[in-house]
Amino acid sequence: MNEATISCNGLTKQFGDFKAVDHITFEVKAGEIFGFLGANGAGKTTAMRMLCGLSVPTSGQARVAGFNVFKQAEEIKKNIGYMSQKFSLYEDLTVLENIRFFGGIYGLSNKQLKEKSEDLIRQLGLQNVAGTLVGSLPLGWKQKLAFSVAVLHQPRIVFLDEPTGGVDPVTRRQFWDLIYDAAERGVTIFVTTHYMDEAEYCNRVSIMVDGRIEALDTPANLKQQFSAGTMDEVFYQLARGAQRKAD
Amino acid sequence: MRTLLFLLRKEFRQIFRNKSLLPMIFVAPLLQLLILPLAANYEVKNINIAVVDHDHSSYSQRLVSKITASGYFRLAGYYNSYSEAFALVEKDRADLVLEIPAAFERNLVREGQQQLFVAVNAINGAKAGLGAAYLGSIIRDFNAGVRMEWIQSPRFEPAPAIEVVSSNWYNPFMNYNFFMVPAILAVLVTMIGGYMTALNIVKEKEIGTIEQINVSPVRKYHFILGKLIPFWVIGMFIFTMGLGVIAWQVYGITPQGSILLLYGVLAVYLLAVLGFGLLISTFCDTQQQAMSLAFFFIMIMMMMSGLFTPIDSMPDWAKAIAYLSPATYFIEVMRMVVLKGSGFADIKFHFLVICLFAVVLNGWAVLNYRKTS
Repeated sequence: MNEATISCNGLTKQFGDFKAVDHITFEVKAGEIFGFLGANGAGKTTAMRMLCGLSVPTSGQARVAGFNVFKQAEEIKKNIGYMSQKFSLYEDLTVLENIRFFGGIYGLSNKQLKEKSEDLIRQLGLQNVAGTLVGSLPLGWKQKLAFSVAVLHQPRIVFLDEPTGGVDPVTRRQFWDLIYDAAERGVTIFVTTHYMDEAEYCNRVSIMVDGRIEALDTPANLKQQFSAGTMDEVFYQLARGAQRKAD
Repeated sequence: MRTLLFLLRKEFRQIFRNKSLLPMIFVAPLLQLLILPLAANYEVKNINIAVVDHDHSSYSQRLVSKITASGYFRLAGYYNSYSEAFALVEKDRADLVLEIPAAFERNLVREGQQQLFVAVNAINGAKAGLGAAYLGSIIRDFNAGVRMEWIQSPRFEPAPAIEVVSSNWYNPFMNYNFFMVPAILAVLVTMIGGYMTALNIVKEKEIGTIEQINVSPVRKYHFILGKLIPFWVIGMFIFTMGLGVIAWQVYGITPQGSILLLYGVLAVYLLAVLGFGLLISTFCDTQQQAMSLAFFFIMIMMMMSGLFTPIDSMPDWAKAIAYLSPATYFIEVMRMVVLKGSGFADIKFHFLVICLFAVVLNGWAVLNYRKTS
């Protein structure tokens, strides 16, 4: 539990004059559920993209799963799962085809693919729609499927960018059950969200304001530190000082 | 290698599942190949001619009937004054006005010479030029006929004349379809390959699935091959259908040269075209942008490829552009191999240039395609 799977030091991304991410420094420990909070436009997605090897940092250092984000982006990619804000399974492929495709490109063997896809479909209760095009599923099912596909290859870390946007509270709760399951199997969870009840589910939470990390601790400690009753209040106190317009 | 198989399986599934795209890929090109050669025909027929006859003699009648009997002209009207006939030109109902002067017959018989006046509507330059030329040769023929009637026996040596006899090589009946069909097929393959590749990749960008691929260990070249191979196969298929079904069965065109050679060049040419599509996709974020950009280039490639107009008659700067397009070379190869039966030695230069295009376009696209930004 004590080994750091993600560590950033002064990580910065600059677009022209604009510092989207401004010297952020933090560590995420193995097996942790790490909440990465911030208002729209605070730089969360940019920071996450750098950690996933999708975007090259302007300066600073970062290691993900023991690999350098500058030099070993491809090694990082073998060890992480990623679920973006945009739903990114293929809507014109069936549930089973999506599972097999993404499992396949992560190098799972045919035997593993068969077993895992069966397990996953059973676990999500999708037996009846395994041969249905993903595009015709309800959003909540899609999100759960996308998450399960992102952890199919047993990555060490999974990055979730607002995974529960637009889904109902019951489905969100079920989604978090999946997250807990994965965390129990030892997967580190790095999740951004706008729902403060979800922030409470995290082991530790960081709050980004204008590209910088303004607070980082357990939800309980943060509430104490800001003498707030809920995470909502903590977030409000920090985020109302933001200069940037929401995107 | 296994990764590539997964990518290919996915691509083929998606292509064959897209019910609105499939007819565009497989049926539209064949329909176009069926329709376009009929329209893209340079033979000028149905030239509308208005005749002003001030003479009303038997010679003028004979001239007019000879013109209309040629099959190229259609009598739009027979008038007594030039202004009446010209009104037809202004209404675009006549392309030519032939004015036969008064005393045409008398002067022809007495003085042995006469002048005719022809006014041409030159808005459509090709039609006007050819129309005037056809008319000229019909009148010359008429003239020769008249002389034959007058000179009973060759008492004197007839005026020396040079007659040109031509023989049409490679396309003996000057069938326009033979010239157009192979070239149109080349253009269709270019369009399908270029558009489909560009749009397919940009679509993944647009809906965000490319990000899911970029964050996976899939190698850049795997992804690109996964995109190129399906469209390469489709390009080969369309070409085969075009050549075998439309060109051969419908137009009766069989390649004079080696089919193997044709396919060899096509294989590399398709790579170049797909590389072009790939390159377009690396510059665009939306399908709309890709469509516009690809349209811009494909339009130029098509118009300047020598498909309709001979490249030799273009100004130097236009020639330079024409030879910067791979389509130009492929169309030439198609015509050379299909019509002339050219062998590899004849098209070696074209082949090497097409190879160069394939390497440069794909290389540039691969360099430009980034998994990370």
